[in-house]
Amino acid sequence: MMARAVLIALALAFSVLFIVLPVAAIFTRAFADGPGAWIAAVTEPETLAAIRLTVLTALIVVPVNIVFGLAAAWAIARFRFPGRRALLVLIEVPFAISPIIAGLCFLLVYGAYGPVGGALQPLGIQLMFNLTGIVLVSLFVTCPFVMREVLPALSVSGEDEEHAALTLGASGWQVFRLVTLPNITWPLVYGAILATARAIGEFGAVSVVSGAIRGQTMTLPLQIELLYNDYNTTAAFAAATVLALLALVTLVLRGIVDAIQPARGATP
Amino acid sequence: MYRHLALAATMATGLAAGHAQAQQTEILNVSYDIARELYAAINPAFLEQWDGEGELTINQSHAGSSTQARAILQGLQADLVTFNQVTDVNILAENGFVAEDWQDRFPNNASPYYSLPAFMVREGNPQGVEGWADLARDGVSVIFPNPKTSGNGRYTYLAALAWAEEEFDGNEEEVQSYMRDFIGNVEVFDTGGRGATTTFVERGIGDVLITFEAETLNISEETPGYEVVVPAQSLLAEFPVAIVDRVAENRGTEEIARAYLDFLYTTEGQEIVASFNNRVNDESVMEANADRFPEVELFTVEEEFGSWAEAQEAHFASGGSYDQLLRN
Amino acid sequence: MPALQTTIGALSRRRRSPLPGLGLSLGITVTFVTLIVLVPLAGLFWQLAQLGPSDYLFIVSDPRTLAALRITITAAAAATLVNGTFGLILAWVIVRYRFRGRAALDALVDLPFALPTSVAGIALVALYSENGWIGSLLEPLGLQVAYAWTGIVIAMTFTSIPFAVRAIQPLIEELDPDEEAAARTLGASPAQTFLRVTMPQLLPGILTGTGLSFVRSLGEFGAVIFIAGNRPFETEVASLLVRIRLDEFDYPAASAIAGTLLGLSLILLVAINVAQTRIYRRLDGGA
Repeated sequence: MMARAVLIALALAFSVLFIVLPVAAIFTRAFADGPGAWIAAVTEPETLAAIRLTVLTALIVVPVNIVFGLAAAWAIARFRFPGRRALLVLIEVPFAISPIIAGLCFLLVYGAYGPVGGALQPLGIQLMFNLTGIVLVSLFVTCPFVMREVLPALSVSGEDEEHAALTLGASGWQVFRLVTLPNITWPLVYGAILATARAIGEFGAVSVVSGAIRGQTMTLPLQIELLYNDYNTTAAFAAATVLALLALVTLVLRGIVDAIQPARGATP
Repeated sequence: MYRHLALAATMATGLAAGHAQAQQTEILNVSYDIARELYAAINPAFLEQWDGEGELTINQSHAGSSTQARAILQGLQADLVTFNQVTDVNILAENGFVAEDWQDRFPNNASPYYSLPAFMVREGNPQGVEGWADLARDGVSVIFPNPKTSGNGRYTYLAALAWAEEEFDGNEEEVQSYMRDFIGNVEVFDTGGRGATTTFVERGIGDVLITFEAETLNISEETPGYEVVVPAQSLLAEFPVAIVDRVAENRGTEEIARAYLDFLYTTEGQEIVASFNNRVNDESVMEANADRFPEVELFTVEEEFGSWAEAQEAHFASGGSYDQLLRN
Repeated sequence: MPALQTTIGALSRRRRSPLPGLGLSLGITVTFVTLIVLVPLAGLFWQLAQLGPSDYLFIVSDPRTLAALRITITAAAAATLVNGTFGLILAWVIVRYRFRGRAALDALVDLPFALPTSVAGIALVALYSENGWIGSLLEPLGLQVAYAWTGIVIAMTFTSIPFAVRAIQPLIEELDPDEEAAARTLGASPAQTFLRVTMPQLLPGILTGTGLSFVRSLGEFGAVIFIAGNRPFETEVASLLVRIRLDEFDYPAASAIAGTLLGLSLILLVAINVAQTRIYRRLDGGA
């Protein structure tokens, strides 16, 4: 009994000290000058533009990631082909890479001095320092999320029903939509939530490839750094509350998904 | 929600289509780190008197000016630059982004205003910092931005070096020893001037911040607890401007870009520039602000180091004197 | 018609796998992975290959680079130690005990993962700087957290704690309480039971959790740069130095440091994999 009390106390102390208080500090600092200042800071045109760009990035990145994640999980779970393991490792690699290094890699290849970026430049196509660059690195950092959640569910659900449906004359697309998809809906939703959170919040990689144009290529996490460096602390924390709220929404959604489907492979 | 989606979609098409549509014109002024407030004030004043057709938006980007120059080389679509150093415009000229004769295209070697590296110390000047000699003393901790990424930092480095050359009458051993102590006293090299100010003011690191006089005055006016020390000798810091022809030609914004830069030289423009504590060449404006700008003996890069290109090569190129001081 | 074609296509491939969509799904996957993962990574290796060993060594042996690597590795190790300990405690408490607030605690663990790193960065500074809630309590004790090495450890701990908890949690869920009960009946003390019976079974999770947490900490940028103070030789982390070299347009140096960090991470991940396989083999052998 002693152990139980001590362990719970330790766990709670740790989470309050390291997790709850920082978030509480964001809200306290954001509202330090009253709700009027908060509203003014959040509706400031540059911050609004940053919110818009961030939402737009997520709207592009997440659907692409879903399509990719489904395709990858399907191929890896249902077929045996040479290089299957290598493919799995490659998809997971972005997890192990520092966001700054990710940004660097993209600059080296897709920047104006890289082989791909350099070849496209005469055609007037530019990939870095604009929305394309932000989207590309966001795709990189969110790469494993959907695949990672869907793959275990797909492996568990087995092929029998799909075979049966095929035998009964369903088309491939019908099988996928009517048989496979219902089995993996919640992992898919969960993966998409994680990918959204990451796409919205990515800082390091985006900071390397964004042109840092105020009101144009500043995503919300970058705008926070900018405001903070301008001694505009209240505005920085106000912008941070927007992202913190989104993070909390992510957690609530996770809770809902968990409640609906309790058996979920628990990995962040 | 749908409204947001629509907004996002509008923005997507806007970004994709770029500036093909007329009427709505945007130009991008890519500038150095600490000029944010200055151009935030210039832009509305310029738009006020601008009589071109359609709607004009002026976008700003600020960072260390060398970082900015490299971003332009790598594709940042700048219509014009307002930098704090000739070298950074020269890089653009060498790569064909800016006309070779850019310095002849606007008055005063294309520098609408100037400043100089000055010191900001904490209230009461506890370390008694009065001049460059004090910065090499034991126990004085110094903040200034990275000379490799920031024009501001390069001015500071060269100002200290120029002062030491004069002070020690060209005795290289003494100059080296001074520079080693001076660089050894630097606590943090931020990539831009604003980062350095944040380090000094917000993080409370360092006894002395070295940055442009304009920044020291702006900060001390807004934040209590600091004092400005203008050393008796310093280095002339010019703020060159140029149209990025390659981009402006593409986007058809040359005329607007020129009008924008011309505006900086008008009396109204010079008044705004001076109100942010930059020194200007307009004599009447300078006279009106004389009390803010003490007399300083200003070295120039050309006199002391031959040219910017030579200074760059000897001190800031890979393996130059700055690298060697850092490695030792 | 397209449906029919797909079916025919599927039928013709029946000998290998009756399911359709290999071509399409693999096509999408390979294209995506090539463009988004493989080519950018190849770019880094290509840049490193151009550098050559002597240039690489010259860059990496720069005292500032060495200092940054040392600071990063020691701070990541400290953060991993904290996360290993508290990750185990948190996972244990969440799985084994029922108390009010347990569900909230479970959800909270994911917060650092969902919170953008720049937000985490300014939040931690607000908390641990001299005038912050916690910093102001520590300052009279002479403890400086923000703008010091400790601050880096705290930022790394914050961003990587979910990795530790979520890797250990499933293994605790799978533990068989009967085994512990049996050990206790046979006269083992609770501590002995934990060390001899429970711990060996949790080891693979702890290994993965701390390993991932360490790798994440090595590369952490956003949360760290706000709280670190970023003084060369003292509180400058390797990922920031990569960023600085990038800003200096010194791609070779940026790549050399990045390659070193990346190499460390990959070696570590491989080592964990190997160790895990061995542990599982031993566990199976012992059973």
